[in-house]
Parts: sequence; structure tokens; C-alpha cells
Amino acid sequence: MNAHLLPTGSAYFITKETDAPERHTLSVLVDNEPGLLARVVGLFSARGFNIESLTVSETEHDKGLSRITVVVVATPKVLVQIKLQLERLVPVHKVHDLTAEGASLERELALIKVGGSGEHRAETLRLADAFRANIVDATTESFVFEVTGKPSKIDSFISLMVPLGLIEVVRTGVAAISRGPEGM
Amino acid sequence: MAEQMTGAEMVVQALIDQNVQHIFGYPGGAALPIYDAIFQQDSVQHILVRHEQGATHMAEGYARSTGKPGVVLVTSGPGATNAVTGLTDALMDSIPLVCITAQVPTTLIGSDGFQECDTVGITRSCTKHNYLVKRVEDLPRVLHEAFHIATSGRPGPVVIDIPKDVQFALGEYTRPEADGFRHSSYKPQTQGDLEAIKVAVEMMLRAERPVIYSGGGVINSGPEASKHLRELAELTGFPVTSTLMGLGAFPASDPQWLGMLGMHGTYEANLAMHDCDLMINIGARFDDRITGRIDAFSPDSTKVHVDIDPAQINKNVRVDLPIVGDCGLVLEEMVRLYRSITNEPRTEAIADWWKQIEGWREVKSLNYTPSETTIKPQYAIARLYEMTKDRDVYITTEVGQHQMWAAQHFHFDKPNRWMTSGGLGTMGYGLPAAVGVQVAHPDALVIDIAGEASVQMTMQEMSTAVQYRLPIKIFILNNERMGMVRQWQDLLHGGRYAHSYSESLPDFVKLAEAYGGKGIRCDNPAELDAAIQEMLDYPGPVLFDVLVEKDENCLPMIPSGKPHNEIILPDTANIGSIIDEKGRQLV
Ligand SMILES: Cc1cc2nc3c(=O)[nH]c(=O)nc-3n(C[C@H](O)[C@H](O)[C@H](O)COP(=O)(O)OP(=O)(O)OC[C@H]3O[C@@H](n4cnc5c(N)ncnc54)[C@H](O)[C@@H]3O)c2cc1C
Ligand SMILES: Cc1ncc(C[n+]2csc(CCOP(=O)(O)OP(=O)(O)O)c2C)c(N)n1
Repeated sequence: MNAHLLPTGSAYFITKETDAPERHTLSVLVDNEPGLLARVVGLFSARGFNIESLTVSETEHDKGLSRITVVVVATPKVLVQIKLQLERLVPVHKVHDLTAEGASLERELALIKVGGSGEHRAETLRLADAFRANIVDATTESFVFEVTGKPSKIDSFISLMVPLGLIEVVRTGVAAISRGPEGM
Repeated sequence: MAEQMTGAEMVVQALIDQNVQHIFGYPGGAALPIYDAIFQQDSVQHILVRHEQGATHMAEGYARSTGKPGVVLVTSGPGATNAVTGLTDALMDSIPLVCITAQVPTTLIGSDGFQECDTVGITRSCTKHNYLVKRVEDLPRVLHEAFHIATSGRPGPVVIDIPKDVQFALGEYTRPEADGFRHSSYKPQTQGDLEAIKVAVEMMLRAERPVIYSGGGVINSGPEASKHLRELAELTGFPVTSTLMGLGAFPASDPQWLGMLGMHGTYEANLAMHDCDLMINIGARFDDRITGRIDAFSPDSTKVHVDIDPAQINKNVRVDLPIVGDCGLVLEEMVRLYRSITNEPRTEAIADWWKQIEGWREVKSLNYTPSETTIKPQYAIARLYEMTKDRDVYITTEVGQHQMWAAQHFHFDKPNRWMTSGGLGTMGYGLPAAVGVQVAHPDALVIDIAGEASVQMTMQEMSTAVQYRLPIKIFILNNERMGMVRQWQDLLHGGRYAHSYSESLPDFVKLAEAYGGKGIRCDNPAELDAAIQEMLDYPGPVLFDVLVEKDENCLPMIPSGKPHNEIILPDTANIGSIIDEKGRQLV
């Protein structure tokens, strides 16, 4: 049990984390006010939590509420701390761990620019069709596709485009919501 | 009825409506409208400091000794940045502060204006909450909300940044009660879960080796919490220990008191924590100075944790029974439920446990070797305690060995009498904190137990004490060393004293006189009592330079990476051999 402990000669007691990190999606209901995003991001950096993806937008204008979706990778113990630390912020109403709380949906949108001419183009279009990617811009040497779906779907589409002439990608980050009739 | 007034007048009116009697501040261009409003009234007294850090520590001392929020007013730019240390200190130690910072006019924000800094950006991570108020309409609500947030739940510092044009602007002032808060999201939980409290009481009724581990939260909660803690201890017969921050919540004169626990805590307190079967944590946060090696921390106990901040639960140590709520209310329920079952303390059931504790007490871990030729620092504090214990005394400290010796050898029977920087460990805290305490308690005896290095960090506030005739006593244990650093260098760095000695010290007696106070020096144990008496008899501020043993170690000590039962006791002559070479090389 003590094997994970380093002997220390310092003012601090350093223990190694032994639990495996997990990927969780949190949904955070907040007051939409200046500095809010900085407060949330600052909390993550100050406490050494890592953000995989973060999206924010106002969702209920009359109540001045925004929803933040944040994807984190952390050990179970740290996940609990992240949730509790977020809840401690004054403008935060609720934090839900969608991954832990049951079935949820995740969607992301990406804009993907692919170059190329000749037979590559036909292959590119065939794949785009399979992934239900919309063509939102086209020239004789390039396409811009709009793809939505789970992050893993977008990852696969992007990796398929690499050999076909991928130029660049932008992604919105994950928006997530729980399944079923209940709201937050 | 709403009243028309300027933003600056709103600030002063809100202070009055929040029952603020004293504020600590320093003026500057951006703050002048507020200063003008202060000038035109008599309800709120402004204490002019010498450095904004001093203002924040004064407000902390004021707050900790009264239970009321401390209020600070500083100008933009350097005024605000100088306040950052004190804000961080207050955040770490859960001290309620409201700090008003002036800001350049809204039209200049972001233009690198004269004395502009991003105050809300800089203070976001060192406050419980902060605001930049861009419209005068928002100001009354923000002012009242700031007081509410600073003082409720887990207390902490709140910054309100007010641009100069907002201070000049006319608007409608609303009183505290008229004002709905903007943040309906802020709802600290104060009432503990009754079922959980019942389970805790059942655990107490089964425990054979229990210990109550109380902390700063009991002080935060207020005098009622201390009262209920005493009741619970009396009712159960359980031993009580406390963190540095909780000293005074339980009387040191009580036979059930084990002394402070942790790195420099007593042998009996630390062994009781290590060997207990039930640990009842009331308002403490399992700090690393307490737990030592987490995996070796009290391995066989069931742990109950009462804390108002849910984020403290399972943060450092996994507990078996968390109770989120105000510890005053939870203690009251515990006492009530215990009484509803029995009025008998568990004397019999825990008699063996007490016998074991008495055995540990016999070790007398706070002993030191007395001397007839040099003043031992522990002796100086012991004498100070004996000569002042019948008076209404408040102690502040700086940071270092003297702080730990004060915690060990000065004994507190009441809460709110002990002001120290625990979490941040800010050298320079004690002198200004003493000024703040004396402002709140003009007739009390207020003593800063200091080190010669720490005290020089905020020495200038001696001038504030002189200006306001605040008769604080600064009791310097002068070892001509940064003693605590020297001790660690002995322990870990082969006695290589890199920059840990205080060369070219000022003549503290002359320094005191230069400020308009009194200076005293003593280096002879035989003359110490008379010199302390001279300090106590002087009606103004005193700097007392006590020349003490230079190389005394602060013991007992639990060295890093060691469990509680491997504590270094006072008879250990050479501390340099305790941590092995391998341990030393890491970090
Ligand atoms: C040189 C040095 C050496 C030190 N050595 C030691 C040592 O040997 N022993 C020691 O004990 N400390 C020591 N400290 C201090 C240490 O660093 C911590 O500051 C201290 O242990 C924390 O005390 P605490 O756990 O009581 O928590 P605090 O920091 O006082 O926090 C209070 C806790 O109570 C909770 N709380 C607040 N209000 C309420 C309420 N109304 N109801 C319920 N809960 C509430 C808070 O959420 C928080 O968890 C040392 C500091 C220095 C600078
Ligand atoms: C602002 C600040 N800087 C540095 C430290 C690190 N530090 C902790 S104790 C100490 C020495 C304190 O010396 P002194 O005030 O003389 O007290 P002593 O330990 O000798 O009693 C230092 C430098 C600190 N706690 N605070």
C-alpha cells in the first residue's frame, strides 16, 4: 500500500496518483456575467485540472443564464473535487457530471478544409457523403466540409482526410445534454 | 424610499448600513471621491496605514478578534497590487474581508491608463468573489452582496473594484434589506443533515479511543460554536486537540485538552490522532501540516468531518461520515442528541484510552533545557504568559519558530484571542494585525509575538500605531536568524545556512524611538520579568527586543515524510541525521 509513496526530504508530502484517469463531460449552469469564463478557466489552471474541451453560450436570455460544457480527463477523486470546486464559485448554479449521471448525448461541429484535385476529389466526396458532411465551400482545388456528430465520428473523418489532402480543421468543442425528459 | 447620491456616497452609506465602524486604507488619485465622502461624515472612522499590505492584515486582525468583517479601502494600480498578499492570506485562513479598490474611469479601462491594473483579473484567484462595477445602478447591490458573501458560509475576502467615474455618478441608493441579491446561485448550506449527525452520535457512544480534532471553523462559526464544543467535550469526556487556527475554541486549562496537533504539535495530541478509533473533525481541513504522510495518517480510525465547505470533504483524506454544515449548529445538534440518549460521559469505556494518553503526556514533549545565562525563547513566552494571563490579552504572531513557540507556550482559554497567519504563513502579518486588533479593542492588551526577520516586513505600521495612540506591544524573539529556515537547513541541507541569518539588524530600541514609541532590550533571564513589566506598564506602543538563544530548535517536530508516531522530541540533539540522504535529494 505504501509503494506509491516517494520518500521525501521536503516540506511537502508527495503521493503519486494510482487511479486511472477517466474522461467525463460536465454541464455547468452559470450566471452570464463578465469575467465568468475567466473565473472557470482560472479555477482549472489554479488547481491543476486539465480541460479537453470547453464550450460556453447563453442559453436562457431572460434569466441571464449560460451553459458551459466542459470535458475533463481526471481520476475519480479529482473529478469530485472539480465538481465541488466549480459549485463553490458564486455565479455557478449547478454542476452535473453527465458521464456519471446516466445516458447523455454529445455533439460537436467541425469545419474541415481539404485540398486536392483529380481522382482524390471523388474519393473525398464519397467519404464526405458517408459521414453526412455538408459541402459549405468548394473551389477547383478544395472543399470545406461541415461535419457534426460525436467527437469520435469527427476524429475518424479527419483521420480519413489526412491522406486525401487535409489542410486545416476548426472544431466547436462538445455540447452535451442528458437523455430523457428531465432538465438540469 | 430610494435616495439619490453619488457612487462615492453610496460606498460610505453602505458601510454605515453594514454597521462598519472602522476601515483601513490609503488614498490615491482614483480613490479621491470616496475619500471626499469619508471626510464629510463621522460614523465610519478611517485608519490611515503606511502600506496597503498593512491595511489588509489590520483588517484581518480586526475581523478575527471581533467576528465582524474587516474593511479595506485602497487606490487603483499599486494600491490594489499591494493588497494582494493580505487578500490571499485571508482566503487561506477563511477571514471575512471587504476590500474596496478604486479603478481608473471606465472609459480608460484597457488603455494602460495611469495607475491602471487589471484588479479583478489579479485578484480573481485570491478572493472568494470579486466585482468590477461599471454602472452606478449596480453599486448598492454589489456593496451589500459583498458583505453577505464575505461573512456567510466559509468566510473569505471579497474585492469591489470601482472606477472613478462610477464614484462620481449619481444614482439611487438602496438599503441592504431592500436589495435582492443578484446571485441566487450562492446558497451556503448551514444546517447539517440530521440523520448523519445521529450516526455520528451513535459512533461516539461506541468509541473506545475517540479524539475531537477541532479547527479554525469553530472560530469562524462564532462564540456559540466554542460553547457547544465545550459542552460536547464535557458530555462525552473525550480528549480534544486543535489546529493552529482553532486555538482558544477549547480552553487550554481544561484537563481534556491535549495541546495543538500537527507538525509542531504535542506528542500526546499526535499519538492520539494516530491511534484513535474515532476521529471527530470539527471545522478543520486536514492540512498537510496535520496529516503528514497521508497513507500513514490515523490508519485505524473512523473519521467524521464537519465542514461548511463541501469541497473540503474527501479533498485530502477520505472520511467515513461527512457532515456539511455550520459547525456551531451541528455541535448544538450533537449535544442535544447525545443528551437525549444519556447524560453520562463515556468515562469507563475510555478509561484505558485516557491512561494511554496520560502515558504520552508523561513524555512532556514541550520541555526545553532552561538556561541561566541566555533567554530561551520558550522561557520568554512562558513568562509573558504568566505575567499577562489575568488580563484581557490578544496575541498576534509573525511567521517562524516564534509563532510555533507562541502556539505551544502561550495558552488560550477563549476564542478570538489568537491571530496568526496559518495557511499562507505570511511574515509581516503580526504587527499590522495587532494594530487592527487594538483598534477593535482599545482597552485590551494586544501583543505581537514576533521574529526579528518577520517584523521588518511591515515595520512601518509602527507609525500607524503611534498616530492612533494604539498601545500595541511588539515582543521580538530576536535570534538573529530566520530561525525556522535555519532549522530546515539543519534538517535537510547539511547545516549550510544559505541567507538565513539576519545580518545588519537595526537597533530596535532606537527604531522604536524614531517612530515615537518606546524601545526596550533584554538579554538576561534574570532581568526578563522586570523588562516585561516595563513593557506592560508603558501606555503606548513598545518594541521589545528580547535577545534569545540563537540556535534553539522548535520541537517537537514531525519530519517530512514520516508518520505521526515518528515525531522528533526535544531531547534529540542533532536533527541533521534524521532524514536520510535519499530523502534529502528529492524535491
Ligand atoms: C510555520 C508554520 C507551521 C505550522 N505548523 C502547524 C502545526 O504544527 N499544526 C497546525 O495545526 N497547523 C500548523 N500550521 C498551520 C497550517 O498551515 C494550517 O493553516 C492549519 O493547520 C489549518 O487549520 P484548520 O485545519 O483549522 O483550517 P482553517 O484554515 O482554519 O480552515 C477552517 C476550516 O473550517 C471550515 N469552516 C469555516 N467556517 C466554518 C463553519 N462556520 N462551520 C464549519 N466549518 C467551517 C472551512 O471550510 C475550513 O475547512 C503551520 C503554519 C505555519 C506558517
Ligand atoms: C513573506 C514570507 N517570505 C518568506 C517566508 C519563508 N519563511 C518562513 S519562516 C522564515 C523565517 C522567519 O524568521 P523570523 O521572523 O526571525 O522568525 P524565527 O523563525 O527566527 O522565530 C521565512 C523566511 C515566509 N513565511 N513569508
